[in-house]
Amino acid sequence: MEIKKISDNIYEMPKSGKMNVPAKIFVSENMIKNIKGDKALQQIKNVAMMPGILKASMVMPDAHQGYGFPIGGVAAFDIEKGVISPGGVGYDINCSVRLLRTNLTLKDIKNKKEIIHSLFRSIPSGVGRGDKLILNKQELNGVLKEGAQWAVKKGYGVKEDYLHTEEEGKLNGANPDNVSERAKKRGLPQLGSLGAGNHFLEIQVVDEIYDEKIAREFGLEKGQITIMIHCGSRGLGHQVASDYIRLMEMEYKWPEQDRELVNAPINSKLGKEYFSAMACAANFAFANKQLITHWIREDLKHYFPKLKAEVVYDVCHNIAKFEKHTIDGKEKQVLIMRKGATRSFGEGREEIPKAYRKVGQPVIIPGSMGTASYVLVGTKKAEEISFSSTCHGAGRVESRTSAKKQRTGEEVKKDLSKKGIEVESGSMRGLSEEAPEAYKDIDEVIKVVDEVGIGKKVARLKPIAVMKG
Amino acid sequence: MKKYIFLPHTADVKFQASGKTIEEAFENSALALKERMCNAKIKAKKEKKIEISGRDFENLLYNFLEEFLYLLDAEDFITSKIKSIKISKFKLKAIVVGDKASNYKFSNDVKAITYNEMFVKNTKNLPANFGATKSKKANDFVGEKNKYTTQVVLDV
Repeated sequence: MEIKKISDNIYEMPKSGKMNVPAKIFVSENMIKNIKGDKALQQIKNVAMMPGILKASMVMPDAHQGYGFPIGGVAAFDIEKGVISPGGVGYDINCSVRLLRTNLTLKDIKNKKEIIHSLFRSIPSGVGRGDKLILNKQELNGVLKEGAQWAVKKGYGVKEDYLHTEEEGKLNGANPDNVSERAKKRGLPQLGSLGAGNHFLEIQVVDEIYDEKIAREFGLEKGQITIMIHCGSRGLGHQVASDYIRLMEMEYKWPEQDRELVNAPINSKLGKEYFSAMACAANFAFANKQLITHWIREDLKHYFPKLKAEVVYDVCHNIAKFEKHTIDGKEKQVLIMRKGATRSFGEGREEIPKAYRKVGQPVIIPGSMGTASYVLVGTKKAEEISFSSTCHGAGRVESRTSAKKQRTGEEVKKDLSKKGIEVESGSMRGLSEEAPEAYKDIDEVIKVVDEVGIGKKVARLKPIAVMKG
Repeated sequence: MKKYIFLPHTADVKFQASGKTIEEAFENSALALKERMCNAKIKAKKEKKIEISGRDFENLLYNFLEEFLYLLDAEDFITSKIKSIKISKFKLKAIVVGDKASNYKFSNDVKAITYNEMFVKNTKNLPANFGATKSKKANDFVGEKNKYTTQVVLDV
C-alpha cells in the first residue's frame, strides 16, 4: 500500500480504488514500521471506502490493528449521506479514563502496598460480576438513561464529578428500549466493577509539569497524588455491539472489505436505534466510573480522613458523537466515530466544562502498566486537522501470546516492584500480557501528538501503585 | 492431535480449531474460548441448553461462541464440556455442562467474539500453505482427518 510523507509525523495514503477519501496517518518515522507491521493500514483503507465519509480516514499515533476500524481510528460522516457502524465504536463502548486529583502528596503515601491492597479488596474487579451493588431492572434503566448523573442522584458522589465528565456523564438520546434483554442481563450484575484485561486503577504522582499555567487551571502541581480509573461498559456494551452487528447484517449487506464494518445510514431507523443503544452503554460506563470513584473515596478515608479527591476530567475512547466541525470553510454537524482515540477540543468550545473553557479540554492519556501517563490540553489545531481527535494510550506492539512467553506475571510484578510500583492483580496470566514491553513507547506517542499539535503536553504522571482486574 | 491452537495477534487473541465434523470444529472452538478465560478444571454440575441459528456458518459460530459469554456474565456459568451438539443447515442445538463460574479463578476476560479474520472452512482439500499450516506444529493440527477448521479473533 502506497503511503507518502506529507510533513513531519503526517503521512497520507492517496485515494485509490474504492476509497471515497484519502487516509491520513499521524505517526513518527520511528513508529511507521509498527503500523505497517499489522493490518492497520488495510483497515484505514477499508474505512475510507464507507459511504458519506468526510475529508479523510484517520489514525492516531498509537494505532494498531483492530476489527472494523483500526484501534486509533477516527472518521467523520455526513449526516445525510453517511453511515454509523458498531465497528467504528468497538465492543467496549465508552471504554474511558477518569482522573482524580487529591490533596495528598508523595510523602503522605507511606504504605502504598497496604493502600492498593485495600482498594483491591473494596472495588470489584476481574472477569464476571461485581458484588457490591444489587440493582433491579428499573434501576438499570435509570443508569442507562442518566449515566453518572444517576449515580450522583443516588448519593454516589457530587455534582462536580459529572460536570467534569465528557457530555456531563450522560449521553443524550439514550432509550433503554433499544437495549436487548440479553445485554441488560449481562450488565445487571456488573455495574460498579472494573473488569479485567487492560483496565486498571492506578495511584500516581505528578512528576513533571510542562505548562504551569494550564496545569494550575486543571488543579495539578508537581508532587501531587492523582488517581486514574480506566474501564468501560463491561458485558452490556459488548452485547449491544454484537446485537446491532447482527441486526444490521439482517437489514443491510455488509461491506465486501470487512464484515465487521457492517453499518446503517445515520438517519435510518436502525442507525438511530444503534446510536441510542450505544448511548445507553456509554452511560453505563459513566455510571460505572462514578461508583468506583465513590468507593475509592470511601476506602481512602480510612487512611486519610481529610482526603479530597476531585474529578479533573473523564474522557471517552470508544464512541460515536454528533459534533460541529468546519469542513471546507463551512460549519456543519457531523457524526464522528472514535475507536481508541480521544476528543481534543481547543479553548472556547461550549462542550468543555466552564472551569476549563478558556484553556481547552483536559485530555487524559493512560500509559501502559508501569509507565507514565500524560495530561494534555486540547487544541484548535486538532479541530483543523484531526476532527478534534488525538491518541488514547500507548498502543500495543507485541502479541499477547509472545508477551506471555517472555515474562511470567510474577516476573512482571517483581520488576515493577523494583521500580517502586506495587501491583495487585487478580490474574498473573493477565499481568504478564499487560507487561509494559508489550506496548509502544508512550513518550514517543506523546511526542508526536505534541509536535503535530493535536494535543499539548501539560503534565506527566508516574505510577506508584496499580490495581489490575 | 490438537483440538485448537492459539496464533499471534498484536492486541487480541486469535485461535484456530479443527474437527472431523463441523460439530466437532464448533465444539473445539468453544473449548478454545473456555481455555482463554480460565484454565481451571471445571466440574460438570449443571446443564444448559443452547439453541441458536445463523445466516451462514461464520454467523452461526459467532452466535454460538457469544452464548458462552452471555452464560458467564448473566448466569454465572462456565462450561466444562459440550455434552451434545447438532448442526443442521444454519441451526445449532447443544447441551453444555459446567458449573457456577464464581467458584473458579479466571485468568483473562474475553470482551467479545469478532468477525475479524473469521472463517469456517472445509479444509480437507486445501493446499498445504493454508492459514497456520505454514508452521510445523500446525501441520499436525490441520491433518487429514480434520475436515473442518475455524478461525476466530477474540476481543480481549
